[in-house]
Formats: sequence, structure tokens, C-alpha cells
Amino acid sequence: MSDAFVRLRDLTLSYGNTVAVPALNLDIREGELIALLGPSGCGKTTTMRAIAGLLSPTSGSIEIDGRDVTRLAANKRGIGLVFQSYALFPHLNAFENVAFGLRLQKLPEAEIRAKTEAGLATVGLTGFEARKPAEMSGGQQQRLALARSLVMEPKVLLLDEPLSNLDARLRLEMRTELQRVQKETGVTMVFVTHDQGEALAMADRIVLMRDGKIEQLGTPADLYDRPETAFAAEFMGFENILRSEGRELVSDQGRVTVGYESAAPMLAWRPGAVEIGSGPLQGRVIASSFAGGHREYVLDTALGPIKADAPVSIPEVALGETLAFDLPEGTARPLFA
Amino acid sequence: MQMRSLSTWLILGLTLTFLIGPFIIIIFAGASAGNSLAFPPDGLSLKWYLKVFTVESFRASFLLSMFLAVVGTLFALALGVPAAYALNRYKLPGDELIRTIVAAPIIVPGIIVGLALLRYLVVPLNFTVGMALFFAHTALILPYAVRVVSSSLNNLRSDMEEAAVLLGCTRVQAFFKVVLPNIRGGVLAAFILGFVTSFNQVPVSLFLSGPGVRTLPIDMLSYMEITYDPSVAALSALLAFMSVAIVFTAERLLGFSRYV
Ligand SMILES: Nc1ncnc2c1ncn2[C@@H]1O[C@H](COP(=O)(O)OP(=O)(O)OP(=O)(O)O)[C@@H](O)[C@H]1O
Ligand SMILES: [Mg+2]
Repeated sequence: MSDAFVRLRDLTLSYGNTVAVPALNLDIREGELIALLGPSGCGKTTTMRAIAGLLSPTSGSIEIDGRDVTRLAANKRGIGLVFQSYALFPHLNAFENVAFGLRLQKLPEAEIRAKTEAGLATVGLTGFEARKPAEMSGGQQQRLALARSLVMEPKVLLLDEPLSNLDARLRLEMRTELQRVQKETGVTMVFVTHDQGEALAMADRIVLMRDGKIEQLGTPADLYDRPETAFAAEFMGFENILRSEGRELVSDQGRVTVGYESAAPMLAWRPGAVEIGSGPLQGRVIASSFAGGHREYVLDTALGPIKADAPVSIPEVALGETLAFDLPEGTARPLFA
Repeated sequence: MQMRSLSTWLILGLTLTFLIGPFIIIIFAGASAGNSLAFPPDGLSLKWYLKVFTVESFRASFLLSMFLAVVGTLFALALGVPAAYALNRYKLPGDELIRTIVAAPIIVPGIIVGLALLRYLVVPLNFTVGMALFFAHTALILPYAVRVVSSSLNNLRSDMEEAAVLLGCTRVQAFFKVVLPNIRGGVLAAFILGFVTSFNQVPVSLFLSGPGVRTLPIDMLSYMEITYDPSVAALSALLAFMSVAIVFTAERLLGFSRYV
């Protein structure tokens, strides 16, 4: 992988004596949009802060654009970071917030003005120059924070849960906005999220993290269709994960015999991959909810609770009734770890 | 109901009497037409208010007190703002101890501070009285500066400085460009509190006065020992007006009481 633009080598990050991220290796290509995905506390923010230079690594190295920046001060790295809290400067208006970094570069006033206006225009904030951050909505503040980083033309733009403070509609809007800005500027972007939907929708590649280590790295399709571990599968919505022993499926609650023998030690099904209405297995409906295009059932079975989606074409089954279902080998994702 | 409102009025009345009463007494005692300090005054005139401005020693000691209050407070802020910042932002070894030491002058009676400074600073180190006074007043104000500035720093998120650094600032630039503008209300509050504290300081200054070097309150005390005329009351009233005016203006401009 000689085309790595950001290269993390055995990066170890700790707080005092606690290691938050042990020996992380990651290559990010130029112009790529990478999502760091993982549960709370898995080390996403820690990794970002290290790339930005706000946290110095215990060991390992960080290379950006072919240069080792491990010991380079944060203000010399040319990396932008959009904080989850935006971290706007409350005493400055929108224009001065965006112009802040340009002024430090001692650019001519006309150039500062032009770049700042262009930056504000990119995020759709033309006309808001005189507003203080406190006089702007959450979405506008977020776009302002984005513009403030973008005008610096950073080599890499890091975004820490950029969308988590926004309501659902604004979040969708900002998703497209971020993707558009990324395509327009071609900046290498790394964004943190613990929303798998967000990662799938936006990223070129997803880095799924667990306890400071990379659990799986791949395209959204890789992760969505081909999770390699039970952890990844669970994170990607495979809600039924069972062990396979001979001709039996096994859970902590019990075991059932099926008509096939799998080579993989574990099999996983999304709720939609469970066949419902017929089959060798039986479950009692303990919860049922309408989800637009389908109906979501939770079945109490010999294997414990099984989540299954039924097409609306199948008549609704009342709570407490028994439903036949199948866990077919063909729709299962085999897992080896 | 009737009883309750009666007792409410009673408490309010008592509170006001004790708070404002002395102030009223002083204003009138200073406005006496007679020649000795008395209340109620014998007749009313403004002559003592005018005389205050002609007493040579008052003028000198007022300037000294002014100097100590302004320059001492600025000095205390120059030390206290960085100290508060360091205590707030960095995990220092023994920062609890530092906090306690910094707060000590608020807890320890001024008279002890004054005596200690005299005994261990002025006498053995040959400090001039003026230097000792300056040192003492700076030290006295420092805890207020640290405390008031700390409380406004607590409300300031540290990620703002990190954002500034990533935009190209050094840590020092980030402090001046981002931190300071956002705590200026707290700094001004600390300045006013320090100014008033220093200006009205008696016990510490008592030990550190020498011939011709007296702060205004000390000067007023010794004036009273010799001349028992109403000019001291008049001066007190003027000083009280000055303090009230400063605090009132600050409150109007900045909501000063938020920071104290
Ligand atoms: N300042 C700190 N001091 C000590 N430990 C910390 C500190 N910050 C984070 N940690 C620990 O490091 C680990 C990784 O934290 P990090 O903030 O990187 O997680 P995250 O993936 O960003 O989580 P979240 O999704 O909740 O933001 C956690 O176990 C956390 O408790
Ligand atoms: Mg985080």
C-alpha cells in the first residue's frame, strides 16, 4: 500500500497507565472518506486526537503525505478537526470565526476576505457573517465549524461525531452536505460515528473499532454483507447469531436440529433473513411492531428470542400465538470468530 | 397573613438599617456645621466635604492608596490569571496544596499577615515601607484574582483552545486570542474586587506604614487621633460613594455579581 496518505504504524495511545488504543495500524488513501465506527469508549476520539496532534502517542508513528509527523506540534500539522461540540469562538462573529486561521497566516486582507466568503458560501452561510455563534442554530453552528476548518485547506479533515447533535432531518441534510463538500474539495476526511447507518451511507471505507483495535476494515458493502466476526455482525444488524454444531444450532438457551451442517462455527441472520410462516422451527410471538414495509416480530423459541421480519403480505399474528419459521443456511452469514 | 407581612417588613427594615444606617450617619456627620464629630450634626454645611481636599496628608495617602489598589491589583492579576489558568487546565502535582496556599490570605486574619510581613520581610530584608506595602497588597488581592478568574475559566470549555491551536495558534496565542477575550468579564470583576479590597485594607497596612508613607485608611485613623473634626466622616462618605459608583457601573456594564 504505497498510496497511503495517512499512515498509522503500531500507534499506541494511553491515558496515564491505561492503554486506550494498543498498536493501531491503518492506512488512509488521499481523498478518501473514512468512517471510524464503534461503540462508546472504543477509542475513536482518542485516535482522532492523536492524528491531530492533541495527544502524543506512547509509541508508534503517524505519517501524513509521506512525512513522519509523530513529534510535530498540532499547530504545524495542517490538520482540521471539527469538534463534536463545534468549539466555535463565542466572542467572534461568523466571519471572524472562519477568518481566524487565515489571519494567523498573515495573509493580505483582501485574500482573507475572499477565502472567508468562499468558505461561508461552501457551507451555505452567506449572509450570516455578522452573527455570533450563540445566535445561530445547531445546524448553522456545525456548518460554521466546518467552514472554519475547510478554509485552512487542511491535508486531512477530522470530524468527531459531526452529526450527533442534530435532529434527524438536519442530520440527513448534513450527510449529503458533507459528502458534497468532500467531493468538491477532494479533502481526505475521517469522521467518527457510532451510528452504523451514517457510516454505511457516507463512507468510502469503514473502520470498525472495538476496545482500541480494528475489528474489521472494509467498504460499506463489505461490512454490511460480509461481517467477519460476531461483534461486527451484531454491529451491522445481524440480530440472530447462533453457534453451529454438527446438524444443530446452539444458543445459551438451548439447541435445535436443522437439516444442514455448516463449515462455520457460527451463523448469523438479519431479521429479514429469517423465513417466516413455514419451516421446521416454532416460536411464540412475544412482541410485534409495524415498521412500514414489514412487521417485526420477536419470537420466543427453544433458542431464546429470535428476531424476524415478516412481509406485510403475511397476515398479522397475535401476541401469544405460535408461528412457524426457518433459519435457512442459504440466507445465513457464516462467521469464523 | 397580616403577622407574616408585618414580620417581613420588620426584618427588611432591620436589614436596611444595619446596611445603610452607618452610611447615612456618616454622610450627615460629615455634613455638620459644627467643629466636632457628632451625630446628629449641629446644623448642616458642606465645609468639611470641601476641607477634605485641602488636607495635604490626605492627598498624599489617597494617591498612595490609589497606586497600591490599581498597580497592586494589576500585578495580582498578572500573576493570578496565569495561575488560575494553570490550575484549571493542567493536572499539576500538588495542585490542591497550591489552591489552599493561594486561598490562605483570605482565611488568615489580615493582622497576622501584616505582622508576618513586617517581621520577615521588612525587618530582615530591609524592604522599604513602600515596597512592603506593595508586596502585601498584591499578595492580599491574589487569592481574589485566582478565585474569580477560576470560576469564569470553569465555564469555558478547553476544546476552544484546541480548536485555536489546530488553526495555527501556539498555546500562548490561543490564550490571548481565545481564552482571555472570553473571561474578560471575570478579569474585570476580579480587578474591581481587588481594587476595593486593597483600597479599604486596614489591618495589614497598619503594620507597614512609616513616616510619610501611609495608606488613606491608616492616615484617617491617625488624623482622628489628633483632630476630632467631621472631615474624616466626610472623607469616608466620599470613599463609600466611590466604591458604590464603581460596583454599580460594573454591575450595569457587565453583570458583575455573576462573577463574585
Ligand atoms: N482524558 C481521559 N483520561 C483517561 N481515560 C480516558 C480519557 N479520555 C478517554 N479515556 C478512555 O479511553 C478510552 C477511549 O475513549 P474515547 O474517548 O477515545 O472513546 P470514543 O470511542 O470516542 O467513545 P465515544 O463514542 O463515547 O465518544 C475509554 O475507555 C475512555 O474511558
Ligand atoms: Mg468520542
